[in-house]
Amino acid sequence: MRVTVLVRPKQGILDPQGEAVQGSLCKLGFSVGGARVGRLVDLEVEASSATEAKAEVERMCQELLTNPLIESFEIEIAEA
Amino acid sequence: MSIRPRIAVLVFPGSNDDRDAVWALGALGADAQLVWHAEDALPRDTAAVVLPGGFSYGDYLRCGAIARLAPVLDSVRELAAAGGPVLGICNGFQILCEAGLLPGVLRRNRDLDFVCRDVRLRVDRTDTIFTARCQPGQELTIPVKHGEGSWYADESLYEELEAAGQLVLRYAEDCNGSVGDVAGVCNEERNVFGLMPHPEHAVDPLLGSGDGALLLAAFVDAARERTLALA
Repeated sequence: MRVTVLVRPKQGILDPQGEAVQGSLCKLGFSVGGARVGRLVDLEVEASSATEAKAEVERMCQELLTNPLIESFEIEIAEA
Repeated sequence: MSIRPRIAVLVFPGSNDDRDAVWALGALGADAQLVWHAEDALPRDTAAVVLPGGFSYGDYLRCGAIARLAPVLDSVRELAAAGGPVLGICNGFQILCEAGLLPGVLRRNRDLDFVCRDVRLRVDRTDTIFTARCQPGQELTIPVKHGEGSWYADESLYEELEAAGQLVLRYAEDCNGSVGDVAGVCNEERNVFGLMPHPEHAVDPLLGSGDGALLLAAFVDAARERTLALA
C-alpha cells in the first residue's frame, strides 16, 4: 500500500527556511504571504487495510520520521 | 602517578572530529580510543563516552536521527543509565537529543548560515562533572561550526530545565537563535552533557584558545574517578 507522510514544521515554530523561500518568491515578483517548508516521505507499506497501514505509519512517525517537539505530520493513503 | 581512564570516542559514518577528540583527551591524560558505530559493545573498562562532531549518516532525515539507532548506542545508554559520563559535541549533541538522552532538539540556525568562528560562552552551572573546573559565570572562548545548532525547547520544557539547573552553558553573544542562548544542556542526572561548541578544538592557546581544556579535563577527571570507583 502506498502511503505518503507530510511532515511540517509545527504551527508557531519559526521556519527560517520558509521565510527565505517566501522572500525569494517575492523577489521574483510573486505575491506570497507566507511559506513553510516541510518534508515528504513516500512509503510502500505491507498492510491488509488502510486502517492498519495508517496505524503502522503513525508509529513510524512517532519513532523516527518526525521529531514531535518541532514537527507535525499528516498521513495520506493512496486509493487502491 | 594518576591513571589514564579509558574513554570511547564513537565513530559514525560521517564523523569528522573524532580524531581531534582523541588527541585532545589524550593530551589531557585519558586513554581515548576510537570505537566504530557498528560495535555492539564498548571496549573493556570504558569509563566514559564521547559522541564527536561531524555529519553522521549525512544528516539524513534530521541531524542525529539515524545515528541514534546505531548498535553501539545500546551500550552508551547502559553506561549512561549506570551513571557513566557521556559527552556529545556538536553532531554528538544532536544525536543525544534525538536519542532522548538529552532534552530539546537542534534546529537549523535562525539566519540559515553556517556559523564557523570563535564564540564567547558563559558557564551558568558549575555543579556538573563537565563544568566542575569552571567558576560560576566564567566566560570561555570556544569555536563553533554548525548549520543546525539552534537549540529549541518549548516554554514549559525550557522553564522546567531552567528550574532543574540543566541549562549549563549559554552563548554570551548572538550565535544561532537558540532558545535562551543555550549552548549546552545536561540531563536530569547530570552525567550526560551536550554542547554545540567544540572544546576539542580549543585545548591549546596556540590554536586560539585553551578554554576547551577546562571542560574536557573535568570530563577526564570524572572518567578517572569512575575508573577508580569501579576498580
